[in-house]
Amino acid sequence: MEGAVSELKANPQTGRSKLLRVKRELNRGKYVYLMLLPVMIYYVLFHYLPMVGIVIAFQNYAPGLGFFESKWVGFKHFIDFFNSFYFWRLIKNTLLLNFWLLIFGFPAPILLALLLNEVRSALFKRTVQTVTYIPHFISMVVIVGMIKDFVSSDGLINQIRNLLGKESIAFLQLPEFFRSIYVTSDIWQGIGWSSIIYFAALSAVNPELYEASEMDGADRYKKMWHITLPAIQPTIVILLILTIGNLLSSGFEKILLLYQPLTYETADVISTYVYRKGILDSSFSFASAVGLFNTVVNFTLLIIANRISRKISESSLW
Amino acid sequence: MVYKPSFGDRLFDYLNYIILTLLMISTFYPLYYVFVVSLSSIGEIAKHGSLMFYPRGFTLEAYQSVIENNYILKGFRNTIFYVVLGTSINMMMTIFAAYALSRKWLMGRRAIMVVIVITMFFSGGLIPVFIVIQKLHLYNTIWALMLPGAMSAFNMIMMRTYFQGIPESLEESARMDGAHDFQILFRIILPVSMPIIAVMILFYAVGHWNSWFSAAIYLQNRELFPLQLILREILIQGRISDMGGDTSNVAHQVAKNLKYATIIVSTVPILLVYPFIQKYFVKGVMLGSLKE
Repeated sequence: MEGAVSELKANPQTGRSKLLRVKRELNRGKYVYLMLLPVMIYYVLFHYLPMVGIVIAFQNYAPGLGFFESKWVGFKHFIDFFNSFYFWRLIKNTLLLNFWLLIFGFPAPILLALLLNEVRSALFKRTVQTVTYIPHFISMVVIVGMIKDFVSSDGLINQIRNLLGKESIAFLQLPEFFRSIYVTSDIWQGIGWSSIIYFAALSAVNPELYEASEMDGADRYKKMWHITLPAIQPTIVILLILTIGNLLSSGFEKILLLYQPLTYETADVISTYVYRKGILDSSFSFASAVGLFNTVVNFTLLIIANRISRKISESSLW
Repeated sequence: MVYKPSFGDRLFDYLNYIILTLLMISTFYPLYYVFVVSLSSIGEIAKHGSLMFYPRGFTLEAYQSVIENNYILKGFRNTIFYVVLGTSINMMMTIFAAYALSRKWLMGRRAIMVVIVITMFFSGGLIPVFIVIQKLHLYNTIWALMLPGAMSAFNMIMMRTYFQGIPESLEESARMDGAHDFQILFRIILPVSMPIIAVMILFYAVGHWNSWFSAAIYLQNRELFPLQLILREILIQGRISDMGGDTSNVAHQVAKNLKYATIIVSTVPILLVYPFIQKYFVKGVMLGSLKE
């Protein structure tokens, strides 16, 4: 009855009724909007304001003058960066480090999941998982502290080398070892944790598939190749796209803790350079330009990776 | 069907077990080694070098120095405070946003969702954020650690997905009884969402416990330093600030067992709760993966 009355009231003059409806909807959601208030303030202040702040990459930003008063210089900082001695070194280091991570680091958890999947003892399986998850929970500062100690000239690694009759090496001071140290420790840290997702995908495989293929005489390798791998392929593709999309920004904190001037030659990447220029030298505008370059390249890579994967495998992020 | 292992199968099994065992040892030994060294005396460590399987010259000296070090203690206290306050802010924001954006009838829901999701792909970058923090006068205050990461869009989406799975009839009957959204959220939605809430609390809390970078760039006041910054001085810069007022950079080599004792003291709290929370974490990762 009441509903019919209000419908009558809100009927003919469409403009008025629309306004009324909006009003009613807003009233209905008033507490929900109240909840969203802090969330939206947060996004404006700490996400969108900095996005607007990117304009300083095209200015000679002076803290006293602010975003609006500082002098515009167009692409000057970008051109300076492209022409600087560091440009190619940074590009090379960033790409190479990530290339090795992709080649060795990315497949490692997949391999672990596949191997674990073949283990029949539940206890052994759980033990391996529990132990390999642990490093994920240890803070980056502690991890790097441990790495530093293990590869120092009287550290664990050199001790083992000495046992084998080899000389000690000051690994962290030599640029040629930085990438191996970085990638190896990264696998150590992440292999167990990253394998969870693949493991979850594996546990969803229908066991009847395996039984059927056994009937057809498939051996273990054939089963792995034709059933297990295809089952986790969509997961692999999605994670690969995400990894590629983060290519230029990954590992920032770890490199910052691990590198030193002696190893800048191979260890300095775009994001650490932004940090040194911006935070340590206070070259705000120049560092923002470098950072923006980084973001744009990253995003382009993400889009390309996504497009390729949509073409060849039908899995994509959007 | 009877399983009959062939020679190839058995070889595969053996190799598999060997590889996985080696992996376990290489993961576990470094951690165990840290523990062993932290309990050994400096002289014995120097004599036996770095390959040890049990404590040599057992002593708790290193732990005593750690516990007596004022900065480590203060860092510990600060970190606990940051974990509690930071996680509370995170949870409030995440729950509010997830609840709001899971109400299908809410006007503007899509637009707000887009506003949030965009930030997962675009950001101003380090320097503009730094300038904003300065301009807001948050520099050198604890709010510089609490506010910039007040909510994770990814976690919010996970929680929203969970909320959307709760039957709407529950909400409707409460609304009939005149409950408003805060009551519905706290009395109906949250009590049935405990698993996801536990996961989120853990993710956020571990994040705060381990974070050091924002403190490194936004804090100057040593009294506010979280544990991880103190650890960085000790473990990475090899510097130790003794008790009392001596904050000058009198750098001297930190003894190895002292370093390792600090590692143990700062890592054990998380590792202790870890066996109990592992299954929640794993669940969280899987929820995250389902979302894709």
